[in-house]
Amino acid sequence: MDHPQSPSNVLPFRAQTRSVAETEALAARLAQTAQSGWVIGLHGDLGAGKTAFSRGFARGLGCPGRVHSPTFALMNAYRGGRCPLQHLDLYRLNSAADVTAAGLEEYLLQPEGITLVEWAERWIDGGAVPPNWRQVHLEVLGENERSLVCDWHP
Amino acid sequence: MLLALETSCDETSAAVIHDGVILANVVSSQIRLHAEYGGVVPELATREHLRNLLPVARAALRQAGVTPRDLRAVAATRGPGLPAALRAGFTAAQAAAYVLGVPCLGIHHHEAHLYSPWISGPPLRADWGAFQPNVSLIVSGGHTMLVHVRAELEHMVLGSTLDDAAGEAFDKVSKLVGLPYPGGPVLDRLAEEGRADAYDFPRPLLYEPHDDFSFSGLKTSVRVFLQKHPGLADDPQALRNLCASVRAAIVETLIGKTLRAARRLGVRCVTASGGVTCNRALRRDLATKCAQLGLTLRLAEPSLCTDNAAMVGILAERQFGRGLGISERDAEPEPGWSLESLQRVG
Repeated sequence: MDHPQSPSNVLPFRAQTRSVAETEALAARLAQTAQSGWVIGLHGDLGAGKTAFSRGFARGLGCPGRVHSPTFALMNAYRGGRCPLQHLDLYRLNSAADVTAAGLEEYLLQPEGITLVEWAERWIDGGAVPPNWRQVHLEVLGENERSLVCDWHP
Repeated sequence: MLLALETSCDETSAAVIHDGVILANVVSSQIRLHAEYGGVVPELATREHLRNLLPVARAALRQAGVTPRDLRAVAATRGPGLPAALRAGFTAAQAAAYVLGVPCLGIHHHEAHLYSPWISGPPLRADWGAFQPNVSLIVSGGHTMLVHVRAELEHMVLGSTLDDAAGEAFDKVSKLVGLPYPGGPVLDRLAEEGRADAYDFPRPLLYEPHDDFSFSGLKTSVRVFLQKHPGLADDPQALRNLCASVRAAIVETLIGKTLRAARRLGVRCVTASGGVTCNRALRRDLATKCAQLGLTLRLAEPSLCTDNAAMVGILAERQFGRGLGISERDAEPEPGWSLESLQRVG
């Protein structure tokens, strides 16, 4: 599947992790360098660690609540960190029209705080991404090992 | 007479309740609606709620044989849920209550689930006389939690999932083995003809000394298993065995943790609600285990396992009778409302 292109003026940051805990710790560190207003697309297969990344990211922002999968709820919101955090999963939606109908567009266009979004392809569908977009790609290397490529440099 | 609305996620539902009796419970299942178009995935959440709400509410009133003037209160799910979806139902309830000059009650979706196992029939009615303190398992595509219900309207959250809900684990494992999404019910059906001891999958956190769940790792286990056994899912009987083995891992974990909490807390009753409570193995095995231990078991009726306004109305009427739950006129929906924040312990 084609993923939205990264902004061309930033170098990708690459890392490998050996456990869920390491993925979370790395995400927490990346969160400290993320800026309010960003929408971050999370890409990776089932079980690649997207929820684990989100959990670490929320911790890095200082959000106190428990982070769990948004697949069914479509969106979970976390408050209490240095800025609001939304975690969206568009897997159950079919198209950009569905995203609009579900009332989720505002969190993708001009979020208050930061939005993490899984299956952003459902919304972007080959179109151009706005300048506030960032991407993280997670790939399964082994049972616990993951590679992580992120298009902003911490 | 009370009208209740539920729009926290996929379903638009309206119910009419009187003295604990469900006079009407209409659920416009969007899954069914979309199946007509050959689609697999149900979502058009908010727009569908707006389109469905009035027809569904009118149908509920008509079925119940009442007019809006008969209503003494209007209730709706106030949270948690999808912000725009919640707003559709909660604002409609506020407007109706305002026009009729009656109170509006904002109900917590999970608290409503806690009492749905006490509804039985026919005709469906809340069996409050039979209520006893219990440990309640709420298990669905979006939630997995254990709650100690110490008395009516008094609860304490014991634990919940750290990552994926059990229903989500069923759906995602189904996808890994090549079934269409959401495949939880299909997996359940295939598992009925499989051998649960064919393959060994972990029972996550079953022996940890707390009441939380974690089902995310199961996806990895199944993926690694499929890599080691390529082509296995193409063999129909091996697939059925795999489904049965995965289902056993999930169900044993749910039941093991629920019964342990019941024993620890000294309650004599266990209840279960939410979409996964339709799972055949969960219903069967809970019944067997509870019978062995002499525990009373209350399972939500299959028609009330998934989201519905009847359970919202049953809880709302009980709260209303005690002067609880009435929301301010300018109250807002609460998409992130936690059940912990509502803990009522006497």
